[in-house]
Amino acid sequence: MINLLNTDLAMVDWARAQFALTAIYHWLFVPLTLGLAVVMGIMETLYYRTGSEFWKQTAKFWQRLFGINFAMGVATGIILEFEFGTNWSNYSYLVGDIFGAPLAIEGIVAFFMESTFVAVMFFGWNKVSKGFHLASTWLTGLGATLSAWWILVANSWMQHPVGQAFNPETVRNEMTSFAEVALSPVAVDKFIHTVLSAWVLGAVFVVGVSSWYLLKRRHTEFATKSLRVGAIFGLVSSALIMLSGHHSAYTVAQTQPMKLAAMEALYKGGNDQPLTIIAGINPFEQPDYEATDEPPLKLAVPYALSFLATNDMNGYVPGIRDILDGYTKADGTIELPLSEKIERGRCAINALQEYRKAKAEGAGEETLNELKEKVQENMPFFGYGYVKDRAQVVPYIPVCFYAFRVMVGGGCLFILLFLLSLWKPKPWTYWFAVLCIPVSYIVSEAGWLVAEFGRQPWTIQDMLPTWVGVSELGSSAVMLTFFLFLILFTTLLTVEINIMCKTIKKGPKL
Amino acid sequence: MTYLFLQHYWCFIVALLGALLVFLMFVQGANSLIFTIGKTDDERRLVVNATGRKWEFTFTTLVTFGGAFFASYPLFYSTSFGGAYWLWMIILFSFVLQAVSYEFHSHSPKGGTRRMLFQRLLVLNGILGPLLLGGAVATFFTGSNFIVEKGNIIDSQLIISRWANASHGLDALLNPWNLVLGLAVFFLARVLGCLYIHNRVDDKQLNNHNQIIQPLWRSTILFLGLFLAFLAHILTCEGYAYDPSTGIIFMEPYKYLHNLLQMWPLLVVMIIGVVFVLFGILWSLTHKAWKRGFWVTGFGTVVTVLVLLLLTAWNNTAYYPSTADLQSSLTMQNSSSSEFTLRTMFYVSLLVPFVLAYIVYAWRSIDKKEITLEEINTDHAY
Repeated sequence: MINLLNTDLAMVDWARAQFALTAIYHWLFVPLTLGLAVVMGIMETLYYRTGSEFWKQTAKFWQRLFGINFAMGVATGIILEFEFGTNWSNYSYLVGDIFGAPLAIEGIVAFFMESTFVAVMFFGWNKVSKGFHLASTWLTGLGATLSAWWILVANSWMQHPVGQAFNPETVRNEMTSFAEVALSPVAVDKFIHTVLSAWVLGAVFVVGVSSWYLLKRRHTEFATKSLRVGAIFGLVSSALIMLSGHHSAYTVAQTQPMKLAAMEALYKGGNDQPLTIIAGINPFEQPDYEATDEPPLKLAVPYALSFLATNDMNGYVPGIRDILDGYTKADGTIELPLSEKIERGRCAINALQEYRKAKAEGAGEETLNELKEKVQENMPFFGYGYVKDRAQVVPYIPVCFYAFRVMVGGGCLFILLFLLSLWKPKPWTYWFAVLCIPVSYIVSEAGWLVAEFGRQPWTIQDMLPTWVGVSELGSSAVMLTFFLFLILFTTLLTVEINIMCKTIKKGPKL
Repeated sequence: MTYLFLQHYWCFIVALLGALLVFLMFVQGANSLIFTIGKTDDERRLVVNATGRKWEFTFTTLVTFGGAFFASYPLFYSTSFGGAYWLWMIILFSFVLQAVSYEFHSHSPKGGTRRMLFQRLLVLNGILGPLLLGGAVATFFTGSNFIVEKGNIIDSQLIISRWANASHGLDALLNPWNLVLGLAVFFLARVLGCLYIHNRVDDKQLNNHNQIIQPLWRSTILFLGLFLAFLAHILTCEGYAYDPSTGIIFMEPYKYLHNLLQMWPLLVVMIIGVVFVLFGILWSLTHKAWKRGFWVTGFGTVVTVLVLLLLTAWNNTAYYPSTADLQSSLTMQNSSSSEFTLRTMFYVSLLVPFVLAYIVYAWRSIDKKEITLEEINTDHAY
């Protein structure tokens, strides 16, 4: 069993750690950018409609905080894009034909919109008309949201690769349908869920900062109105996120059953499955899912997991052992046991080797076609050809299990916060709101931990394990850059938080 | 549209983005001169605020350049970024520092050491960014030390693109011609930076006009010397040619000179570009009141760099040559995305004129007036 505390961090693990580090830091800034973009858009629209100086200064205040946060998001984002090439060169070649397109479109369509209009938003107050300025503010937010769309399309493709086929001539996967890639159900779900979660975080931030002013009895009109806008925005986003969350879980159950099983610590599945509220799982050790049927001290809601995963109270949900041993799906199709998947994966690799050899030796068309057919037949299991044992394909359960509960629990906590802030704002609810700001970041990061840890060991689900996707770099080189990034990002984050706090302390110019 | 046309088209788009990136590095050029142009804290703030309104364009163009390269030539992306690890990491580090320095600069006390620190970080990016990106571009002519074998994924080697030495890209800095182009790009960025400050900042704000003119003279002389040396070198050296019928890559004497002569319209465009670059600089140096040198030299820069980049790839040329294994060199044909992807991306690229149009509109709308101290003291500023 894997023991997180004793893991030997070799090259692959350092590459994973570096990417995770950059992604975690990047995601500290992006949700606030997306959330504040809507809030400042609403504030400036109110200024545009009323002409009131109050709303102008309110919008400007939130834009100032947006600006501080925005720069860090941009800085960490550029590293993420280039890390696909620097740390994951095999991955970049094998799927660049599909994966590169969303990144290029993100640059052309979204980044330029964002960077052009953010300049107008900050520097154009006295240079362009009110209408053009308002449009620029909304277009900045639209650019950021479009950017999220394309990067989430790319990420969703890694979770559920569609619209592609393997080409034995070029030894890579190639795109066959752009629409399937850009509009896959996983991408749509992921975009809606992620953007809504960012809006909730933005709303918690606005409610929290406004509550701080109310506690200090400063800028009370500004704070009361901002709090109201933030709480309504947060409540609407939360209501929508519950719907999208259910749909996301359903999609995960269909496309990544192992991820769902790890999230639920479901070792042995079946019909009528309950949803675990909490269980006693050691956070530092992979549980023994082979020998036990369920985790100890399990507290669960009857039938809820079956409903979440299948939209049927009695639906069948496979556990980790079922997935490893093979099972029959609801539509009657059979999910092969891991041993057979490994065998077919190796068959794909061998057939591809034979095909390339035969081609180099000038074999006849018939031989080549036979081998090509064999490659294509077994290609869905290609990634399994690199797997050696059962433990390798099971994600680290404790992280998936606890992160999922932090995400859902935090979401419920914020609904309570928004309701209290609207219904009965009191000094203790203000404190509660301030405390919720750091909690919202933990909750937001937890969502990504579920998504990414749950996909392990795959860089691309069922297609490419992490240890096949890397670049050929020494682990010491990546370890060194890991620590350099850690120091750099942590220093910059500290400076950023300091500046944010000072700007909030200073308050709006009212 | 044939596959070959799409490969040429995407090469053009990536080269154009590269050329625009070199032009937009006027931000880095001006930042590298913060302490030369700005003798006082107020003057330095003027420089930072002038470039601060445009840094995101440079950044976005760099990201889009990377994204477009990834989408159209994924084998380049995996080979260069995965191999020349340290070279790219240093470039990225310097850009991260730049991105945050503007905002952090504006929140630091006037004249304090923290503000100076962020100004110095901008200077650091202003030097390292153009120098290393220029050096990286030079490897398109001089070659890099890598081996590519697509079949590795299915045998024990596993990794497709491998760097043939342990320096992971730092070896590029040992080739003097890479340094020559790197320095030429650095001084070109400084030239453009001086012209930009001259264009954007109100003359009365700077104590002495020579604060711009002197570094412009120096940078122009150094840029011209280095650029002409590099041009003379590549036009007389052997180049990496490619036989499209066999796929074999071989060394051809005067390859880049042949490319220029065989694709004579590019030669014409390049001459026009060079004339624009020189005219913009010289007219600005001799006519103090004329402020459009930035645009004239900028246009010349874009077309000249565009031609230089196209010389490395069009006309059956290996654009990313390998010095470790000639047949591992990357060409448009052996490293591009599939026809389907290039075609799909072609339709997306039709949005580019629309994107350029709104950038021009937005740029003009906030650049109607020159930057003054009064403005940055009363309005949003860095």
